[in-house]
Amino acid sequence: MEIWIKLWRIVTNSRLFWPLAALAVVLLFNFFYTKDFFVVEIKDGHFYGVLIDIVNRAAPLMLLAIGMTLVVATKGIDISVGSVIAISGAVAASLIGGNLEYVDGTQKLVTLVPMPVAIVAALAVTTLLGMWNGLLVARVGIQPIVATLILLVAGRGIAQLITQGQIITIYYTPFKFIGAGYLAGVPFTLFIVLLVFAVILYLLNKTALGLFIEAIGINSVASRFSGIHVSKYIFLAYAFSGFCAGVAGLIICSNVSSADGNNAGLFMELDAILAVALGGNSLDGGKFSLLGSVIGALVIQSITTSIYATGVPPEITLVVKAIVVICICLMQSTSFRTIIFARWGQKRGSVSESTTVKL
Amino acid sequence: MKVPQLNYKYMNLTITIALFFSLFLAGAVWYKGFFSLQVFLNMFIDNAFLIVTSVGMTFVLIIGGIDISIGAVIALVCMFSANLLEVRQWSPALVIPLMLAIGCLFGLVQGVFIHYFKMQPFIVTLAGMFLARGLCYVISIDTVLITDPFYQWMATYRIPLPFHTFISFSVVIAVVVLALAFYILGYTRFGRTAYAIGGNEQSALLMGLPVGRTKVLVYTLNGCCSALAGIVFSFYMLSGYGLHAVGLEMDAIASVVIGGTPLTGGIGFVTGTLFGVLIQGVIQTLIMFQGTLSSWWTKIAIAFLLCVFIILQRLIMARKEGRKSIA
Repeated sequence: MEIWIKLWRIVTNSRLFWPLAALAVVLLFNFFYTKDFFVVEIKDGHFYGVLIDIVNRAAPLMLLAIGMTLVVATKGIDISVGSVIAISGAVAASLIGGNLEYVDGTQKLVTLVPMPVAIVAALAVTTLLGMWNGLLVARVGIQPIVATLILLVAGRGIAQLITQGQIITIYYTPFKFIGAGYLAGVPFTLFIVLLVFAVILYLLNKTALGLFIEAIGINSVASRFSGIHVSKYIFLAYAFSGFCAGVAGLIICSNVSSADGNNAGLFMELDAILAVALGGNSLDGGKFSLLGSVIGALVIQSITTSIYATGVPPEITLVVKAIVVICICLMQSTSFRTIIFARWGQKRGSVSESTTVKL
Repeated sequence: MKVPQLNYKYMNLTITIALFFSLFLAGAVWYKGFFSLQVFLNMFIDNAFLIVTSVGMTFVLIIGGIDISIGAVIALVCMFSANLLEVRQWSPALVIPLMLAIGCLFGLVQGVFIHYFKMQPFIVTLAGMFLARGLCYVISIDTVLITDPFYQWMATYRIPLPFHTFISFSVVIAVVVLALAFYILGYTRFGRTAYAIGGNEQSALLMGLPVGRTKVLVYTLNGCCSALAGIVFSFYMLSGYGLHAVGLEMDAIASVVIGGTPLTGGIGFVTGTLFGVLIQGVIQTLIMFQGTLSSWWTKIAIAFLLCVFIILQRLIMARKEGRKSIA
């Protein structure tokens, strides 16, 4: 009996327990209420199914969450990622352009610049924007939420400026592969996420980077005194967040084959922060779990998809999301747990006393 | 020792007011017909809701918190009142108090979550934002027009002022809210406690100030302000729609910050907030008079100003800290 209680403690104290539990609850709900939720079929050489769909659609959010986790770990926050997504799509779309032209009697797509150049340009621009945020936070010493607020407000204006206030449609088909293509039967987006995740995980665990970031989040002054170049790592975290937002922007832009400066990535920053919080990461910085954030992103997308799948009007998504967020945050709030469990403990007071006597 | 502190407190405010008047004068020099009392008053008419909600936000920022649910609350108030007035044929005399009560309740619950469960204000109000926007869509996904005679009258009636100028009732509401907030912040125990919490919550608690009650009350007050702003907004728009006031929370935060209240809390004036809103108004008006620039330039200009002001605040702060360390 003692062992089980101890084991339960260890499991519930693990960082990944609450996010995994949340994911399990959502999946369990679907197991009972959604038909064919767990069925994965092979059609035209691709895997099809609700689960695949969730992973595919969660890809941009997972990328944002990975970038956001590092920023949050340094005790910061980046609320500009939604606008950065819009800029990324706008840059890529305006560079690729893609007009249908008749060359020698056959239809031919003409791009303004080669696709790889457009992609590199979009990622370079977004990384630069991330660096701008990093500069404001790390060098000028502005509060993260305020520093990134500037880009949040300006970003949509900049995106509109790039697209001339129009929704640019991309007709160039190879570009569509990024967001809607399949590699070995699996959505290509998944490979992008895995690549980014693997690279950053390697850097965090095989170098001192992860340790430094955690140290900065826990106490930046102490970190500086122990010789960590604090501002450099904070700067890098924001630049990386900008890069992740850029990749997410490309995926979103490619998936819908258009760039919309007004609506691309609208409110995505909130979903990303939510994913990080759901992943069991404290928004006060310090210890963090990248995997937790990725799971958090999956939880959010699972909720959205299961709402669509159960036939509940999609307008209710936001309400359900709100309630789920409140519940999960309440569960993670230590003071809430103390209040609830203190009541519970009082009722079982005699039981716990007897166990202490035994010990 | 006291002089530099006073300087700091008023420096941002002075810069904001000076900037507003120089922008206004620049407009007067560049464009014919810009320099008139009516153009000035129009800024109030078009931004009355922003003034009301920014006043609430000033309180929240002074205690060092943040509330990003206000835009959604405004949309919910518009939508719910449109629904009650049009579909259920309720009287405005019933709808308006009900909306204010809902706003207060919304703020109260958020405040309780933030203070008693020690949850991050950002996350709590984020959930609140999702909830309010979601409820809008639950009520209706289409635009609901308000045809109620009282609302129509409020929207169109113009109170005549001397020199052939006029204002709307919304401006009167905004001015009353401003005056009340000015009194509460400057001359009541509640206001002083709010400043104390923003300065240092731990110290405020050790001083025996009612920290919890004040924090919850501030969020309640903010909820009430955003509900009132929602009512003013529905006078202005005469409709309810789920995408009303998207991003308004950021406009409000920008106004408050430009008005000299840092997000770290502890300092701030509603007068500054008023001028923060008016600066946004003057930029909108300038772009309107210019004619060829698109509306997204407003966003870029506001972001630029925000950037300048934040860096300025930071520099002043750094100088202050430098002085302290020398002393």
